[in-house]
Amino acid sequence: MSVLQEIGSNVRNMKQLENSVLARRTTQIKEELRQGVRKSYKEVIDVSWGDPHKAGVKPLSFVRQVLAACLYPQLMDGDKLLVDVRQRAQRLLKACTGGSVGSYSATAGIPEIVQRVSEFIMRRDGGVPSHPENIYICPGSQWALTNILTVLVNPKASPRTGVLTPVPCHSTTVLSLTALGAVVVPYYLREESGWALEVEELQRALDSAKGVCNPLALYVINPGNPAGYVQSRKSVQEVIRFAAEKRLFLLADEVYQECVYGEKTEFVSYKRALAEMGRPLSDRVELASFHTASKSLMGECGLRGGYVELVNLDPTVMKHINSLFSTNACAPVLGQIALDVMMNPPQPGDPSYHLYVKETQHIRTSVAENVKRVDEVINSLPGFSCQQVEGGAFAFPRLFLPPKATKRAEEAGMQPDTFYCLRLLEEAGVLLSPGTDYGQKEGTYHIRFCIMTSLEIMEELLRRLSIFHKRFMKEFS
Amino acid sequence: MQKVMTSLQDVNPRVRGIRVSSQSALQSLAEKTTREITQGVPKPFKKVIDVSSGDPQRAGMKPNSFVRQVLAVCLCPKLLREEGLPLDVRLRAQRLLEACDGESVGSYTASSGLPHIRQTIAEFIMKRDEGVPAYAENIFISSGAQRALMVIVKLLSEGEGQPQTGLLIPQPCPHTLLPLLDEAGVMAAPYRLVEEKSWAVDLSELHRASTTSRGHCTLRAIYISNPGNPTGHLQDRKSIEEVIEFAAAERLLLLVDEVYQDSVYAPNREFISYKKVLFEMDNHLRETVEMVSFNSLSCACVAECGLRAGYMEVINMDSGVMHFVDTMLCTDINAPVTGQLALDLMLSPPKPGDPSYNTFAEETLLTRATLAQNAQQTLKLLNDLPGMSCWPAMGGIYLYPRLNLPAEIREQANMLGLEADVLYCQMLLQEEGLILGAGQHGGTTGSHHLRLCVLVPPDTLEEVLSRISSFHLRLTDREHNGSYRKTKSRSNMLSSAEEIGQSYI
Repeated sequence: MSVLQEIGSNVRNMKQLENSVLARRTTQIKEELRQGVRKSYKEVIDVSWGDPHKAGVKPLSFVRQVLAACLYPQLMDGDKLLVDVRQRAQRLLKACTGGSVGSYSATAGIPEIVQRVSEFIMRRDGGVPSHPENIYICPGSQWALTNILTVLVNPKASPRTGVLTPVPCHSTTVLSLTALGAVVVPYYLREESGWALEVEELQRALDSAKGVCNPLALYVINPGNPAGYVQSRKSVQEVIRFAAEKRLFLLADEVYQECVYGEKTEFVSYKRALAEMGRPLSDRVELASFHTASKSLMGECGLRGGYVELVNLDPTVMKHINSLFSTNACAPVLGQIALDVMMNPPQPGDPSYHLYVKETQHIRTSVAENVKRVDEVINSLPGFSCQQVEGGAFAFPRLFLPPKATKRAEEAGMQPDTFYCLRLLEEAGVLLSPGTDYGQKEGTYHIRFCIMTSLEIMEELLRRLSIFHKRFMKEFS
Repeated sequence: MQKVMTSLQDVNPRVRGIRVSSQSALQSLAEKTTREITQGVPKPFKKVIDVSSGDPQRAGMKPNSFVRQVLAVCLCPKLLREEGLPLDVRLRAQRLLEACDGESVGSYTASSGLPHIRQTIAEFIMKRDEGVPAYAENIFISSGAQRALMVIVKLLSEGEGQPQTGLLIPQPCPHTLLPLLDEAGVMAAPYRLVEEKSWAVDLSELHRASTTSRGHCTLRAIYISNPGNPTGHLQDRKSIEEVIEFAAAERLLLLVDEVYQDSVYAPNREFISYKKVLFEMDNHLRETVEMVSFNSLSCACVAECGLRAGYMEVINMDSGVMHFVDTMLCTDINAPVTGQLALDLMLSPPKPGDPSYNTFAEETLLTRATLAQNAQQTLKLLNDLPGMSCWPAMGGIYLYPRLNLPAEIREQANMLGLEADVLYCQMLLQEEGLILGAGQHGGTTGSHHLRLCVLVPPDTLEEVLSRISSFHLRLTDREHNGSYRKTKSRSNMLSSAEEIGQSYI
């Protein structure tokens, strides 16, 4: 008998994602392809994660050169690397403990980099002050979010702690909440209105929590994941007012702030909107804002560099947050460096500027083109309808499945959208994820796929998806 | 109207309960001191030296060239064509890049780590244990060994309506362990290591600790570090067998922290893994004892603390439970890819005949020699100081001397609500700009110790030993001359202790 048989229910409740079934089958298919098994495709296109490099987007040269130079400073001998690369690497190495990326840094991050993060935030928010001591650099934004949730959620509380969470919502957050023993209180975004966040719905969600749990926090994702909306300034302000009224801690997951498309769309940070609303709100509403090096045009998901900025927290609470963050060693130094470069890219006049602009423009143009193509192709296929992707890294089209298909899925013991995704994988070699993994209105189905891909991969993806979709719909009509 | 919404009462009691270690208080004081030096405030020293934690590169130890070269190429694949870099470096980088999605270190990996690396780890373990099988699916890569430990500890942590989970831990233990248990809501049940026997594990003490704690908690696991952290004790086969049998009899999960397996330097002694010993015991034990072993990138000769990677190997664990290990790791997304790749380099280094082999061998040899020599030199100096005694360490990177402090210091410490060794460390920082770690006994045994990392460049060690000597002799001299109470240092001591005291609030 295993001594570990009695695992706490919090852990046991962590839902196995449908995605893992798909991922396992993908591994098998890749192996089959390697062994020469004949399929209608030569390789699997994996767009199930928000991982640009996996989907053919190239890393940015400047950040990679700086990182390489920091790892192996001998590369800076001679003139192979441009002056600004060398200067940046030297400056960063000097800021590292022991002058090496192999040393632990201060828990909250290398002080100089934390300083530059706060300067970035101030610039972004038109001068709203940002203080380094309120910023913690972490191995990714989710890590920071888990820490903040650990502070807010008492696993032994009765009634249990609730956190208002959007539907749809990306799965890692929900996993963390479950593991911590919090209750997820869902509020539904209105798909027909471009996934709008409506205060009435927030109220309904709050009301539904009565007698079930004690809601302490409101988690928002802006720009959205999986749904690609960007909240208007008005919407952000409404949410802030609601949080203030209902005394909810605002958790603003803003990791896609660099990924905004369309000339009319503008990202406004929760912090900026809050500051603009003036006192008493601007002094009172408690806010944690999350950002990361994974989700900018850099797309450095594997390096693990993110941060959280805390606003309006009680100093005694901050002390405890500090001790919690101190129980872990620092974020990986290379991730911190990637963050520094993201916050402070090459400027006009710098030797690396020209190439930097070329590379980022290329990515921006490609993604904008991808957004356009997705709109054109998906929305022209019967059985699909996709809201405008205004921001973020994904398209989240709605799938209208014929009753025969849903029936077949049920017989197979699967969610209908998982069934669709599995067939798509088998027949067309495309891996994306089913809406079930993110939550969706009862009776609706969706798929999610990454749009931060190379142009070629997107075209191929859309081609395979169209062919498959038409065939599938015909089969189950 | 209340100004803030979340007040202290709302903070998760477990977080409130995370003890503030003396370590972090010292670090704050060190940062303040360093700032003052930059601002030109006169001090009796030019620079603060920190040897309290295991961070060799912080103290100036050089990283391994092969590791750094391969990683640089992985970050900048253009360098694959750089003829100035050795061929084996470039070939390895290529192979590692092929193992990454999108051939980029910027891609996500599976939460438990890149399959290629897990396989490398399994092969390393098999080679180390002379053929005892190891499987990639039992290996989980994490952002450092502590993170892996946290996953297991959280799995052990009780469900609702049950008494608190307890974990047997050695005394002394790594200074990061207790805050980790606080955060997970797991009770620490200490068993004392026997100082007089070079910090050996004592079976009767294990039994005593087990019996005593069962009243207050549900004991579910035993944690042990071998080589010992901070003691440097290396268990022999017999000792390991005893612990395994104890864990089996008491039905406890065995958590073995083997992060310093790479750093054994006592002559005629070798590291033997718990797994190997287990597999050479009887069939029943071999198939039923559940064990998790931890290793880290931060602790090997490679010592890349800043890259953040470690792993655990789980042995005889129910597959249903292993599933949850992976799920828990999902919330961290994945360990940093550069750290994962570095694990491959650490565990599968250049071989004789490879272009990089000579340099690699030289560098590794130098690091090991430095460690052994430093340990020896430090041991001698510490034992020569009055009121200090230290057992020889057999492995690891710390020495853990005992302090027999004058009564006055103990009284002063008492008055300030501090442990005497913590006060000693504060004064040492104030007067000499040197940070050591204080002992881990939490006042229960009335004995006092220091912890210092000896894997530092030789000239740094000279400076460290000189400062310790200076300070310690001055301290004991003062006491000896009876002028202790009257010196200015008392007010210094009080004011610095008060400062530190503030940060405990």
